Amino acid sequence: MHLDHSHHTTPAPSADAHRPDGRRRALRIGLGGPVGSGKTATVAALCRALREEFSLAVVTNDIYTREDAEFLLREAVLPPERITAVETGACPHTAIRDDISANLEAVEDLEDAVGPLDLVLVESGGDNLTATFSKGLVDAQIFVIDVAGGDDIPRKGGPGVTTADLLVVNKTDLAPYVGSDLGRMAADAKAARGELPVVLQSLRSETGASEVAAWVRARLAAWTA
Amino acid sequence: MSRAALLVLADGRFPAGGHAHSGGAEAAVRAGRITSAADLADFCRGRLQTTGLVAAALAAAAALGHDPAELDAAADARTPSPALRVAARKLGRQLMRAARATWPTAELDTVARAFPKGAHQPVVLGLTARAAGLGPEDAAHCAAYESVSGPATATVRLLGLDPFDATGVLARLAPELDGVVERAVSAARLAAVDGVDALPAASAPLLEIGAEAHAAWPVRLFAS
Repeated sequence: MHLDHSHHTTPAPSADAHRPDGRRRALRIGLGGPVGSGKTATVAALCRALREEFSLAVVTNDIYTREDAEFLLREAVLPPERITAVETGACPHTAIRDDISANLEAVEDLEDAVGPLDLVLVESGGDNLTATFSKGLVDAQIFVIDVAGGDDIPRKGGPGVTTADLLVVNKTDLAPYVGSDLGRMAADAKAARGELPVVLQSLRSETGASEVAAWVRARLAAWTA
Repeated sequence: MSRAALLVLADGRFPAGGHAHSGGAEAAVRAGRITSAADLADFCRGRLQTTGLVAAALAAAAALGHDPAELDAAADARTPSPALRVAARKLGRQLMRAARATWPTAELDTVARAFPKGAHQPVVLGLTARAAGLGPEDAAHCAAYESVSGPATATVRLLGLDPFDATGVLARLAPELDGVVERAVSAARLAAVDGVDALPAASAPLLEIGAEAHAAWPVRLFAS
C-alpha cells in the first residue's frame, strides 16, 4: 500500500481536473442557499443564457427526490438527458459536502452520456446558512439568498454568505414589499466578504441573471485557459 | 490486521453514499410496520438474519480472495428485486470510489475497470477490507453491522425516534450480530472449496416487495 503517495495510476476521485482519458473535464459550479431563495430559477436562467455557447448539464439535489429536476424539465431549459437528480436521504448538505459520492457519480454519468461537457451546474437542495460544497465536488460555488428571507442574512453571515465565490441576493423586486433595505444588504455583504463579489438580481427584470452568467463565463474562460 | 483500519471502514461517516439509503426502513415506516423502537428492533433482527447474513458472507468471501465476478453473480441470484440490485450496484460503485482513494491497490483498480457501473456493495466491501489489510471476519462484521445501522439512523430521521433508543437497539443486537458473522465466515470458507452455492441465500420477501413499491413512489426521502 502507498497511502503516503497521493499519486497513483488511475485516480479514483474527484477534484482531479482531467478525465481518465486525459481530457480536461467540465468546470463544475455549485449553487447553494436556503429553501425558496431562487436557486432553481437561477439555474434555469443560466441554462437559457449559456446553452447556445457551451455544452451544459445540471445535477439537482432534492430533499424530496425529483421536484427541482422536474421544474427544469418542464421549463425545457435543457434536453432531459442533460438533467440528473440525486437523492439525498433527508440530508442535502451531506450529499454536497461530507459524502459527495452520489454527486460525483451523477457528474461522471452525464459526461459519459452527453459529453464532452464544458460546464456542470450542481444545485444543492434548499438548506441552511452553513451548507457549502466540498472542493472535491465543485470548482466554484454560488450562494443564493433572497431579500424576502430577511435583510439581516448578510450580516448574520455563515460559511455560505462569507466564503462562496459569488453571493447572489435574489428577488430584489420584492424589497419594497417585504421591508428589506437593499443598501444595507449590499453593505453588510461587502463587510462580510471583503473582495469576494456580490450580485443583486431580480429574475423578473430585463437583465435577469445576466450578471451571474457573465461571472460564469469568466470562470469558464479561466478554466479552459 | 489493523483494528484502527476497521474503525475507519466501519465508521458511519465513511463517505460511500450510505447516508441516502434507509435499508428498507422508509417503506416499512410508511406501511406502518415500524412505529417504535421495539418495531425497529424486530425489523433489524429480520434484516440481520436475511440480507445481513447474505451480505456478510459475500463480503467475507471477497475478503478471502474469491473471484469478484462470481460473487457478484451470486449476489444477483440472491437479490430478486431489480430496485435492490440497482441500489446495491450504486452503493458498490460509490464505495469503490472511496476505497480506491483511501486504500489504493491494483486489485481495486482491476475490479473497478471490470464493473464500471458498480459491483454489488458487499462484494466491494470485502475487497475494500482486503485492501485495508483486514480479514474476512472484519469484512463480515462491517457488512452485518451496516445491514442494521442504516435502518436505525434512517428511522431516527423518519419517525423522530429517540436516537438513544435507536442506538440501544443496535447495542442489544450485538451478540446476535457476532453469531451471524460467525456463520457468514464459515460459509465463505466453505465456498472457497465448494463454490458460491455454499453461501447463504436467506431472503426477506417483504424487504424485496417493499423496495419495489418504494422505488415507484414519486416523493421519498431516501433512495432505497
